[in-house]
Amino acid sequence: MKKTYILFLILFILSITSLFIGVKQFELVDILTLSEEVLMFLTMSRIPRLLALIFTGIGLSLSGLIMQTISRNKFVSPSTAATIDSARFGILIGLIFFASSAFYVKTILAFLFAFLGTLLFMKLISMLKAKNMLLIPLLGIVLGTLIDALTSLIAYRFDVIQLLNSSLVGDFSLIVQGRYELLYIMIPVVIILYLYSYQFSIAGLGEDVSKNLGLHYNQVVIIGIALVAIISATTIITVGNIPFLGLIVPNIVMMIHGNHLKKNMVPTSLFGAILVISTDIVGRVIIFPYEIPIGLSLGVVGSLIFLYLLLRRPKYVKQT
Amino acid sequence: MSNKLKWSLILIVIVLALLYVFLEMNRNAFSYMFPRRLIRLFAIILVAFVVATSTASFQALTNHHILTPSMLGYDSIYLLMQTVLIFVLGSTHPLSSSSSLLFFVTLIIMVGLSTILFVPLLRYLRHDLFTFLLIGIVLATLFRSVTSFLQMIIDPNEFSIIQDRSFASFNNMNVSLIYIAYAIVIVTTIVFQHRIKELDCIALGKSQAINLGIDYNKATTEMIVMIGILISVSTALVGPIMFLGLLVVNIARSILATYKHSALILISFLIGAGIILIGQTLLERYFNNMIPLGVVINAFGGLYLLYLLVKEFKRI
Amino acid sequence: MIEVKNISKSYQTTNILNNLSLIIPQQRLTTIIGPNGAGKSTLIGMISRIIPPTSGDVLINGVSIFKQKSNELAKKLSILKQDNHILLKLTVEELVSFGRYPHSFGKLTPIDHVKIKEAITYMDLESLQHQLIHTLSGGERQRAYIAMILAQDTDYIILDEPLNSVDIKHAKELMTRIRRLVDELGKTVVVVLHDINFASSYSDYIIALKRGDVVFSGTPDDLMHQHILTQIYDIPFTIAKNNNKKIGIYY
Repeated sequence: MKKTYILFLILFILSITSLFIGVKQFELVDILTLSEEVLMFLTMSRIPRLLALIFTGIGLSLSGLIMQTISRNKFVSPSTAATIDSARFGILIGLIFFASSAFYVKTILAFLFAFLGTLLFMKLISMLKAKNMLLIPLLGIVLGTLIDALTSLIAYRFDVIQLLNSSLVGDFSLIVQGRYELLYIMIPVVIILYLYSYQFSIAGLGEDVSKNLGLHYNQVVIIGIALVAIISATTIITVGNIPFLGLIVPNIVMMIHGNHLKKNMVPTSLFGAILVISTDIVGRVIIFPYEIPIGLSLGVVGSLIFLYLLLRRPKYVKQT
Repeated sequence: MSNKLKWSLILIVIVLALLYVFLEMNRNAFSYMFPRRLIRLFAIILVAFVVATSTASFQALTNHHILTPSMLGYDSIYLLMQTVLIFVLGSTHPLSSSSSLLFFVTLIIMVGLSTILFVPLLRYLRHDLFTFLLIGIVLATLFRSVTSFLQMIIDPNEFSIIQDRSFASFNNMNVSLIYIAYAIVIVTTIVFQHRIKELDCIALGKSQAINLGIDYNKATTEMIVMIGILISVSTALVGPIMFLGLLVVNIARSILATYKHSALILISFLIGAGIILIGQTLLERYFNNMIPLGVVINAFGGLYLLYLLVKEFKRI
Repeated sequence: MIEVKNISKSYQTTNILNNLSLIIPQQRLTTIIGPNGAGKSTLIGMISRIIPPTSGDVLINGVSIFKQKSNELAKKLSILKQDNHILLKLTVEELVSFGRYPHSFGKLTPIDHVKIKEAITYMDLESLQHQLIHTLSGGERQRAYIAMILAQDTDYIILDEPLNSVDIKHAKELMTRIRRLVDELGKTVVVVLHDINFASSYSDYIIALKRGDVVFSGTPDDLMHQHILTQIYDIPFTIAKNNNKKIGIYY
């Protein structure tokens, strides 16, 4: 419990810090006097950005946590279960066939394909007899790459490849009021995740155990996947791709905290938000006034942490 | 493996090769077109061989039929290189545009990086190939993040050049490069040939291979180096061709019911050559090179592989 | 003779084996027993050079195995571990032929064919020799693997828990065959077993490991005493007699 308070505190401090970083400088004094200019800045750009950071951090980390619980494998995440790649395919379809349609059409497509892609992955996994720890994410990546290849072919054919690629690099700099509200969907989703956490834990014990305890295993899994797909789709459309976040945050929390889902949800959310915000702050400060987009910085940080997990903790890797 | 199968495939490939060279041949331009097509034919044979050998070897090492060595990140190293070169030097700089310079630089960096990176890594992991592969994939994602970022800020005109290089393409082949590529591939194969012969035992698993007297750790390391060199040559020559190996080896497995890797490599090679020849003939003669072959192979190969994945999952 | 000298194995901070020394008697059936985590698989992994020791040495016929070429060793010693989930499509005959690899590297000579045939016959696999191994039952598959080891024609044979997932009838059959390897063919065989009664009924010599140390070595007669077994396995034992054989009861 104490750790949670510390995390909350860190998050709070980082959030305030985030509000102050940017090309437009203002002092604490200005906030207290609430000058109209400052207020406008805060509400149009800084606060939306902060909220987007927090929602993304919480959403993706929790997605990873839920996926890992349900599939009983610590390396499953939206990036390693073909979720992101499927969402990307959905966006492509949107770009080509629904270019002039409303924003939400793209989102629905992204969600639909993310859902289907992840469902396919889970189905394939369930057919595996020998459940090697590392094989499952490997296969998720293979599946993701296959879908990626298909996406590239079609994107190439319709000449939208650069557009597609650039719209997908995770970038918070474009977040302003009016461009991020989609992320508010995460609030009800996260609440549902929290309410269902007990069911997910049971599902994580396996289909047989679930049936024995009277749980509708398939239903729970599908709901879990749908929620994860919503989070992934909204994130990728609003912010872009942030690789490995859903993978490393739950793992780090698990290393410290153990395996209990309900207990891990709050620390995971907090830690995810902290990681995203701090990486964003660093990205904004290092080459001020330019920014390193979060897709790059967290891609690098995430990869390095993942590598550390694989290289220095072989025992942890081999545990189930 | 039945002789009938072997020779019918060889015959088919020969016919396809002849078709490739002579179909839609303009009499007047013969002396111009013939050598060009011949060179491309040799490139195709080279790529098919590399792809068959490296994928079959890698699958024997990892004991799995759904894996491919390009997952170790060779393609993303290549893409990152191309992007960085064009980003930093621009596409008109000799290094970015001269095919032979580019070939050598690419080759050296790819082989160098993969050897310096992978050999000690493998030893550190005590030859646990799954972790090794997963690390390769993470590295690939790392490189791809940087690449995506650079591509985002690159000029669209420059970008289209990178885009073209992202997928395997047999156009614009440089004669001298083919000679060098062949030389490297032949020498590499000869140097590592005894390891290739050990593949059947290696595919039985680590303890069995050791039991039968194979120096497993050394064999694994040497195989990874060999695979690295072969893939680097092929990629530097024509570009990334990731799924072809996976595709042809699995097709070969479904046709052949054998454990012998020599047969597997041969049939995979023939199938690969056949597929590339058909694809190239169609693309060059009838579709005006609209799409690079690599894109098409990745996509249709991907679909076929999805189907195989489902079948394979049911069997494991 | 296999001699283990001061073998230790540790991974980072965990000690698996602590300075073990022992001698495997020639042309006898030796069984290694002990609770889970005792280090049995690690020990034979080291004897067969699959796992390198942290310190210590293993000598076969007086020469350190770590100084010999793996191929040479493969002609003197063979090991069968349990992790045999082979995906390849192999017939029984093809699997057994692999046993000749150390001798002929895949190019089978007439002698190889003779040895292969002998091994198949010895393990009663003639009717199954053209069947694919993944279609066999557990017991039949074990016989096929042992036939491969036989074809390898080594003086020393090591078997790691060969009775796992084999039913009672076939387990007894396997132990009888393993016994014959020693009695009829003069092999030196080392087997890791869980079942204490199979061990005591069939072995000449038993070595018991517990948490990385040798806690007993001697004949079955010496082993089958209540206090010794209880100490090794940490559960109460009673000893009963059946046809001159001592049986340990712990249910």
